[in-house]
Amino acid sequence: MRRLLLALAALACIAAAGDPSERLADPAQEARARALYREIRCVVCQNESIDDSEAEVAGLIRQSVREQIRAGRTDAEVRAYLVDRYGEFVLLKPALSPANLLLWGAPAALLVLAGGLLMWRARRAPAQIGAEPLTEEEEARIAALTGDPEGRHRFAPSSPSKSVRRSRRKQ
Amino acid sequence: MTAELGAFALALALALSLAQAGLSAAARLTRGPVLARAGEGAAVAAFAAVLIAFLALMNGFLTSDFSIANVAANSHTEKPLLYKLAATWGSHEGSLLLWCLWLTGFGAAAALFGKALPQGLKAVALSTQGVLGVLFLAFAVFASNPFARLGEAPIEGRSLNPLLQDPALAFHPPILYGGYVGFSLVFSFAIAALVEGRIDAAWARWVRPWTLAAWSLLTVGITLGAFWAYYELGWGGWWFWDPVENASFMPWLAGAALLHSAIVTEKRGALGGWTVFLALLAFSFSMLGAFLVRSGVLTSVHAFAVDPKRGVMLLAILGVAAGVGFALFAWRAPRLQPGGVFAPVSREGALVLNNLFLAVAAATVLVGTLYPLMLEAATGQTISVGPPYFGLTFIPLMSAAMLILPAGPLLAWKRGDLKGALQRLTVAAGIAILAAVAVLALNDWKKAFSALGVGLGVWLVCGAVAEVAERVRLFRAPTAESWRRLKGLPRGAWGTTLGHIGLGLFALGACVETGWKVEASEVLAVGDRLAVGEYRLTLERSGVAQGPNYLAERGVLTAEKGGRTVCTVAPERRFFPAGRQTTTEVGLCFRGLSDLYVVFGERRQTPSGQPGWVVRAYWNPWARLIFLGPLLMAIGGLVSLSDRRLRLAAAPRPSGSTPPAEARA
Repeated sequence: MRRLLLALAALACIAAAGDPSERLADPAQEARARALYREIRCVVCQNESIDDSEAEVAGLIRQSVREQIRAGRTDAEVRAYLVDRYGEFVLLKPALSPANLLLWGAPAALLVLAGGLLMWRARRAPAQIGAEPLTEEEEARIAALTGDPEGRHRFAPSSPSKSVRRSRRKQ
Repeated sequence: MTAELGAFALALALALSLAQAGLSAAARLTRGPVLARAGEGAAVAAFAAVLIAFLALMNGFLTSDFSIANVAANSHTEKPLLYKLAATWGSHEGSLLLWCLWLTGFGAAAALFGKALPQGLKAVALSTQGVLGVLFLAFAVFASNPFARLGEAPIEGRSLNPLLQDPALAFHPPILYGGYVGFSLVFSFAIAALVEGRIDAAWARWVRPWTLAAWSLLTVGITLGAFWAYYELGWGGWWFWDPVENASFMPWLAGAALLHSAIVTEKRGALGGWTVFLALLAFSFSMLGAFLVRSGVLTSVHAFAVDPKRGVMLLAILGVAAGVGFALFAWRAPRLQPGGVFAPVSREGALVLNNLFLAVAAATVLVGTLYPLMLEAATGQTISVGPPYFGLTFIPLMSAAMLILPAGPLLAWKRGDLKGALQRLTVAAGIAILAAVAVLALNDWKKAFSALGVGLGVWLVCGAVAEVAERVRLFRAPTAESWRRLKGLPRGAWGTTLGHIGLGLFALGACVETGWKVEASEVLAVGDRLAVGEYRLTLERSGVAQGPNYLAERGVLTAEKGGRTVCTVAPERRFFPAGRQTTTEVGLCFRGLSDLYVVFGERRQTPSGQPGWVVRAYWNPWARLIFLGPLLMAIGGLVSLSDRRLRLAAAPRPSGSTPPAEARA
């Protein structure tokens, strides 16, 4: 029993950002701090924000952010301070900088590019496609299905290849 | 002895996969039915051999044979049976064996159940599947042997990470891998189609069941993982846009796009080239995921079994398989005959738009995941791409896709009537707008995005219901007629409806949970109270509990609402002596679709100086929908899979004996 209690006591706190001992007295300031935490990476962790992390460093950064907010600094000032100290790596939301142009621009660029390509293709007059002759295998299967080796010219069962041919004929 | 049997079976499987690849390729070249049968036999035998190896490893874990290095590193005699079993796939080597099991399993399934496939197509597909088997089995045999013995067996094993000792996570890898690897067969079919130079409705009909199966498995696998994160990690998060999560999400998105484009290829013979491209892409994303998770190039919460040397080999496998696939595509695809034409406003057009958004969304996830890596390689600068990035890019893309989704199924093939489709959706749109406005009215402008999300979710659900109503001519035909039509709806249509409703429910759950979550935490002594949302928690007592392989400190709390006790929860902090790790066991109180989520923390003095415990509680409204929605999507996939029309193409068809009526149904 003592072993358990000792072991549990020795472990770091689990409360992360919600720890009641860390909170700011002013709820508005606390809310601002929590919103900021979600954008700041715990620099030693495996991809966690300091809001979620239980690591000691995360606790220290949280404390520093809370102190700065209490001192009346703006969010941008706090971010700048952290980037100064830990590098851009600390921001989970990468800055809009020339180096990150590709990152932020890629989704919109791809959408416009692919959308444009589709529109261009839709405008082009569709080429006429003639009915493709069936392969021997398909003819043999149709003959087997209908039980009539000559039946394929009169009877159209809904075998997939046949329905394709039918839809092509409509064009 | 069983370990040696396993090692032998694994090597045998490699040889059999080689035989499968060679014999099937020879069968295609000579068009020899005997060689083809031999190739199929080798595929089934390779699966049997991997199964023997897998069972041998499982036996090692069940009997706690610590002379096997893998067992010693990942098991412990005191671990419960389920987790001994699950530890089989809990390590790098074991999970790779599981990967090979699914890979050869899908090959064997195609060999056994693919009797109606054209001979050439089947031979090339089996040969490709054999080559994939050779690549991964060779990696397992030469670089990742799960049966390596230790010179001196330790008395006790090092145990599995206690975080992973959880029922949801025990079944998460097998199902997830089923999805990942299921796309391998789709990949093989795509290669076969390119080699044979024929991509038509028959081919699409062949590929769709396998896509549906793989995608449904992947959906369930990802959902189980998210659910595990939700209740095991102790802060209620379920998706972190972590590289490893993204690695599983990319094949899912590609698979979702493939499901839809394959419908167009099957019904209308169009988009053949694009469907093949997606089929190649889905498994390439799976292989990329395997590389990202195991190589350690990306830091991640889930990084497991990280080994850069083996990572390079996985990268080589990915390079060879995807490289050959896409090179073949670039060479052969331009010669493919374009299929049926369609007007921009048509069901095909809507599905093309769906694919546009899903593909760009998948590309966004890819860019966001790999960009830090590329930037660091190019400039040495390190950045992080986290949830805020995906919130600003991925979510608008998917919202746009969801906005146009309900109109799709209401448009006719080839040339649709957009005005008519929108008219049929008036009621659904009205309800959705009403819901969004009501949410906005009850809250302030800060909740505008949440309100928009709720509106979208309602739009999807109502739109899917409106489509069924339209199909059965509800209120426009006599009730008996509507009922008859309802019963006559094909399972494929039900699959679509369930899938779309599931997506809508997920959107609702995700928006409501994110927008209206309440958090509270305080140091509580026995008898103290904590208010969270409309609930009041009281710490009744605390005590110590002994588990099979852990010791725990447990708090018992009752929750009250409006003076009435609604439930009692017993959250724990568990300490695992084997690995000297602690985990939290969350106390969950189900309130309809919502959760009251209670975490029991460490000992600390209360402000008044009494001994107490840190208790954290969350009110997670509609959180259940986040997991029920995707589950419904997977069920939709399986319902669609059971459609007779797919089964007819998939089941062995005795030639000549099938009456025409059966073939036409």
